[in-house]
Order: sequence, then structure tokens, then C-alpha cells
Amino acid sequence: MSNNLEKSKIKCVVWDLDDTLWEGILIENDEIKLNKAIVDIIKTLDQRGILNSIASRNNYEIAQQKLKDFKLWEYFVYPEISWNNKSISIKKIAENLNIGVETFAFIDDQIFEREEVKFSFPNINTFSPEEIVNFINDQIFIPSYITNETVLRRYYYQTDIERKKQEEVYIGSNLDFMKSLSLKLNIKRASEEDLQRAEELTIRTHQLNTTGITYSYSELYEFMNSNEYSLYVCSLEDKYGSYGTIGLALVEEKKESWKIKLLLMSCRVISRNAGHAFIGALIELTKKINVKLQTDFIQNDKNRQMYITYKFIGFHEIYRHDCYSLLELREDSSFQIPSYIEVKYLL
Amino acid sequence: MHHNIKNKIRQFIEPQINQQPLEDNSDIFQLGYVNSLFAMQLVSFIENEFYIKVKNEELDINNFNCIDNLTTYITGKLDKSIQQ
Repeated sequence: MSNNLEKSKIKCVVWDLDDTLWEGILIENDEIKLNKAIVDIIKTLDQRGILNSIASRNNYEIAQQKLKDFKLWEYFVYPEISWNNKSISIKKIAENLNIGVETFAFIDDQIFEREEVKFSFPNINTFSPEEIVNFINDQIFIPSYITNETVLRRYYYQTDIERKKQEEVYIGSNLDFMKSLSLKLNIKRASEEDLQRAEELTIRTHQLNTTGITYSYSELYEFMNSNEYSLYVCSLEDKYGSYGTIGLALVEEKKESWKIKLLLMSCRVISRNAGHAFIGALIELTKKINVKLQTDFIQNDKNRQMYITYKFIGFHEIYRHDCYSLLELREDSSFQIPSYIEVKYLL
Repeated sequence: MHHNIKNKIRQFIEPQINQQPLEDNSDIFQLGYVNSLFAMQLVSFIENEFYIKVKNEELDINNFNCIDNLTTYITGKLDKSIQQ
């Protein structure tokens, strides 16, 4: 196991348009010619599950139409096409994706633009179009694993965009909106085919990771086949489609108590309260056989959210040493799985 | 002062849950409004707005589940810091 070993892998590449994706300046009615090497890179990244987005100073409608003509529009998530500073565009994209800019690469032919972005986000990676062609097979652009879900990542984000649009125009409380989604959480024991996705989750997930520890494929494989441990994975779906496998829990199952050794949730599903439903499902399972539920927690600078979640569910600290705490669910906890999520146990 | 704290809390919570009016004693957790992100934002809001540090042992749902309890908790923290 290791701590934050691969945090510098790129998850999203943000592209300039004029003189980067294509040669020429769109607004000046230049003759626009696609930069074929860049188009190939965008498609390669997409296959690797790395997201593509846009930060371009342009007229939105005109640029959108041009990208549609080139059959490229669908490749981009949360494109920012406006007259804003590019640092502002990048900030918006990062907020929409809910991932940190240290996992972003920004490609622009203008050194001024690259410097402006770098000034606001010193830990972002910036490249000129010429540089990216040479860097595309660098380790930071090669994900550790390509799973079934890697190649669907863009699809998952795009269905999320549709959901967000519907949420924005929805009239009524958030609760009514959640009810309207028909959320279903499926929980099952991991099988071998889930393991790569499970490993990918442990490497990609930081904010909602209870220990900050990542496990390798072979370590997870051993846990999966051990008598003392169960490895649970969960997937979420709603009326718009599947969110994929979004959570993982490694549980040490002893006679008198179950201990969650690791629990993590994809950041895409926080707003759907899937974390509460997943922990709630584990609570239900332990209640059924009348054992205590405990969890390991190693506090780091990124996972306070997870700590707060546990505390508000009704866990309390029964042991602490430095950053490590052992939490146990209070017997009088009145926590219930949110009523708008249906949990299915496929055990 | 109580009134002031209550209003600030209400102004933070109501837009998040899109429901008005929210009763002072409505349990926002039991109603199903609070996901992990909102819980985190609520704690951060309280720390930044009232210049207090929420300690691990104070992260108890009974301090945070409704406007009334939040007000009592914050008032208690502020009183303590004045005394010191």
C-alpha cells in the first residue's frame, strides 16, 4: 500500500482553440484548418479516460458551431468559451468537475495565457501545442489502469451535466428533486472483474477516502479471497442512467465487530448522498447480525469531509493516536438511509 | 445576538436546501437534506462566519441538526471565547 503515490496523474486537459486546436483565428473569419496532431491527441486522451475541456476567448455560439461541424463538440466536458481570463475558465471547469487543478493540463499557443493560468494555479501543468505532442506518452498522461469504466468517464460526466441542467430548472426543494431522480444504490461483494475499477478508485479518490491509503490490485485480490475480510463495491443509478461503480469498502469481519478498514466514494456522487447510503447499508448489515460497526480513520489535509460524515452519522472516537482514530457507531444512533435512495443488496 | 446568529444560519441553509421557510427546530439531517459536502460546507461556514474552530469532539449531530441547536452551540462557543 502507498500514500498518494500518483497524485500528479492528469485527469483533465483544457484546450485553447485558436492556433492550438486549429490554425487561424475564428472571430477574424480566417480560414480555419484543424491541427490534426492535436485532434488525434484529444481522441487518444478520451480513450484513456482523461477528460478534455476548453478555455477559449471566443464567441460561444460560433465556436460551438465550428466544433460541431468538425464533429468534435461531443469530446469536451464543461467547455468555457467566453471573453474571461483563462484562469477564471479553468477555475470554473475544476469546480464543475469537482477535481483539483493539480490534475489539469492546460494547452495554449500563447505564453501569456499559460503564464496567466500558472500565476493563479502554480501547480497546474501547462504546455504549448508543440510540447504536448511530445509529452502525450509521458507517465502523467498514462492512467494506471484502463477499465470498462475509464472509457465511459466522459459519458458519465456528460450525463451529470444533463442532470445538473435539470436540477437548475427544477422548481421545488432539493429533497423533491432527489426524490424525482429514482436513485438506486446496488451493493455487492467485489468480483475479480471489479478489482481494477476498485484499485482505480483507491488511487483517484482523495477527498472521500477514510485513510488516504491506496491498495494495489494484488493486495485487493488477497482481501477479496480472505475469510476475515470482505470487499464491497457499490454502483449508483438514476433515471438518467448509471453513475458506474462509485464506492468501495474494505471490511474486516470479526465475530463481535466489523471494522471498515477503508471506505471511499467517487467525488461525482457526493451531491447524491451516496456516501450516506453506502455507510447506511453497512450499518444495516451489521444490525442484522447484531455486531458493532467500527471504522479506521487516518486524518489528512483532504479528508475532513469524510470525518464529519462519520461523526454526523453517529460514530464516536473510542481510540486516538496522532492522526489515527478508531470510530465506533453509537448504539443510540438514529441514522437512517436517506429515503430517496433505494438500496439493493446483491450479496 | 441570538437573533442575529439565527438569521445568519438561516440565510446559509435555506438557499442550500431550496426550501422556505425552515422552522428553527426542523431536523435538517432527518429530513434527508444533508450530504457529506453540505455537512462540510456547514462546518466551514460556521468556522469562518463566527471565527470559531469546531473541535473533533464537538462534531456531534446534536449540535448541528437544526437552527436552534446550531445557535445554542455557537453562542456557547462565543461566550467561552469572551470569558477567556
